[in-house]
Amino acid sequence: MAESENIVVETAEKIFGDLADAQTINHDKKGAWKSPLWQALTEAGLPLAWVPEDCGGSGASLADGFAVLNAAGRHAIAVPLAETMLAGWLLAQAKISSPEGEMTVIPATPKDRITLNADGTLSGRARSVPFAKAAKHFAVLAGNSIALVEAAKCRIEAGIGLGGDNSDIVALDKVAPVTTKPAPKGFDQTQLLLMGGVVRSLQIAGALEAMLEISVRYSNERVAFEKKISKFQAVQHNLAKLAGESAAALAAATSAADTIANSKGFDDAYFLEAASAKIRCSEAAEKGGAIAHQVHGAIGFTIEHILHRFSLRALAWRDDFGSESYWAVELGKLVADRGADELWPLVASR
Amino acid sequence: MTAALRFDPIRLPEKCEQLRKEVRAFLAEEIAAGTFDPHQPNREDTDAPEFSRRVGAKGWLGMTWPKKYGGQERSFLERYVVTEEMRVANAPTRRFFVADRQSGPVLLKYAPEHVKMDILPRICRGEICFAIGMSEPNSGSDLFAAKTRATKTDGGYLINGTKIWTSSAHIADYMIAIFRTSPPTKENRRHGLTQFLVKMKQPGIQVNPIGQITGQYEFNEVVFTDYFVPDDHVLGEVDGAWKQATSELAYERSGPERFLETYYVLTELVRAVGKNPDTRSAEGIGRLVAQVHTMRRMSVSVAGMLQAGKEPVVEASIVKDIGTIWEQALPHRVRELAAFVEETATNRETLEKQLSFAIKTAPKLTIQGGTTEVLRGIIARGLGLR
Repeated sequence: MAESENIVVETAEKIFGDLADAQTINHDKKGAWKSPLWQALTEAGLPLAWVPEDCGGSGASLADGFAVLNAAGRHAIAVPLAETMLAGWLLAQAKISSPEGEMTVIPATPKDRITLNADGTLSGRARSVPFAKAAKHFAVLAGNSIALVEAAKCRIEAGIGLGGDNSDIVALDKVAPVTTKPAPKGFDQTQLLLMGGVVRSLQIAGALEAMLEISVRYSNERVAFEKKISKFQAVQHNLAKLAGESAAALAAATSAADTIANSKGFDDAYFLEAASAKIRCSEAAEKGGAIAHQVHGAIGFTIEHILHRFSLRALAWRDDFGSESYWAVELGKLVADRGADELWPLVASR
Repeated sequence: MTAALRFDPIRLPEKCEQLRKEVRAFLAEEIAAGTFDPHQPNREDTDAPEFSRRVGAKGWLGMTWPKKYGGQERSFLERYVVTEEMRVANAPTRRFFVADRQSGPVLLKYAPEHVKMDILPRICRGEICFAIGMSEPNSGSDLFAAKTRATKTDGGYLINGTKIWTSSAHIADYMIAIFRTSPPTKENRRHGLTQFLVKMKQPGIQVNPIGQITGQYEFNEVVFTDYFVPDDHVLGEVDGAWKQATSELAYERSGPERFLETYYVLTELVRAVGKNPDTRSAEGIGRLVAQVHTMRRMSVSVAGMLQAGKEPVVEASIVKDIGTIWEQALPHRVRELAAFVEETATNRETLEKQLSFAIKTAPKLTIQGGTTEVLRGIIARGLGLR
């Protein structure tokens, strides 16, 4: 999806290019880049891209939104664009209108549960919620209900994740939501987490594309032993492996995104696509990121260099919405339950 | 700026699913009739001439080729379905596989019309088997070091020299080989090799078997002594084989056979583990399934891009690189998980036999048809490093 295919993605690419240059951001210790970037994204209608127009959004297709988030990964975007899009999408499942401003989704891990109390309030504790500290509202899945909650009514224990972005604990203690509506029949936490997982997969794939490009460029500049390091076969083969990891991540993530975008309902093939994307992209983040750092040597380990913006975020994104080991267990259970002779028909179903 | 890699999310069209049902039904009949045992990839006799003819009669060989040569003018994605179903079923495809995948397309592109009319319909009927004569005792990955000579004589060439590691040469009716017609030039060491169509089972050709560590007999040494090849069996440009070698590689490198060679051990592991796996088995199976799914999506994507007339050379090399490494590692990962399978699993013996065979097969997977090292060189060139 490197070529911009339509106006939505082109718009996003332009904003990322103009206002989220990794080099500029990396040197801006005060975070002055953040609000112009968010403002431009908001003016372009991107944070609420997945919200239908009658719910206050810009009504872009799922496919366009996924392409935007793959591009966001290529730029290691560090504002809650993906999170707000996911929150808007979740709220729209229950036809709840989205407010303006930053949002995020709760829960963001498989173990956490939020409960809807008899009096209409919400209780529970959610860990590793991305960008909770920056959010004005939360989109919450509580059992069979979806709710819009003001962030100010919750207790937030701020934390910083592996990638340098907020990853916070949100405690809801009988919080009265702005709105609560029933989720669509059959919609559950698994589907929310898989959607989040596919979003993270696309971001990881994008970050790997960027790491490949940065690493190839560096290897063609850096001279050691009197030649460019790109001329050493050991370096070439490492970069070829990085290309393989990047390619696998891209294929897995875009295939899963395409599946969700064209889904006629949740089934085993949908699960296979989404879970596999999270598993394979997470593995690629580890293997690919290690090679990108190896090629860069010590310079890539410095805070001044941009590589960490991509490599650490890709590693951090593995943990959101269920890690690869979590989804591998779930996928393995599903495969075992279907039985050996139904494995190939599942793999070859599309 | 690195050229971006593309893996478009290609889906198989509806007509492929109808075809898939037909292929599965056909294979089920063949299994029921005892043609082959899908649980035994290591059977001794993988040459199945009658099976080959029945596949041909179905219209599944040369299925993308023009009808006038016996083809069906169907898409690469349809061929993909036939190939993957045969592979997963462990069907005995040896007799026709090389001809269908590689030799036929080379003939289509470079053979004179009367040769095409003679040979291609016989491939489509599943009657003839092809071998590929590339490697020599001192020329493996370094293809352009080939020394076997083709010396010009009246009406053709005389061949002298030795090809080696030639799969199926002992059953093949034809070989497509490269021979040296001129010395390399200073400017171009790849110059001087020519591609030929060679009729096997003739005087002047001696095929010597070479044993393999799997216990199978698959590859051979092929010795040519004053063997005559007529002029009309020259394929393409004299001295210019190097220009022809690369374009077909995308087809050869990215097919389902590049990641499904040892797939059967995964199926058998799932059977052995049963419906309620412990956490370790579930995670192990989940990771392996995620890999095979991703490999297939990449491979289908390349097939779709080929069908659309694109030339995804780097993408195809990536599929073979990571696909063969995956199918090589697969039996080892399954072995680790098999250690925890209950004694009571009814297929335990089958799984153990399969693992033993797959582990012995594994080393060749990253060598045949272009080594990992060669592939990574191609990928590196595509990345702009060479």
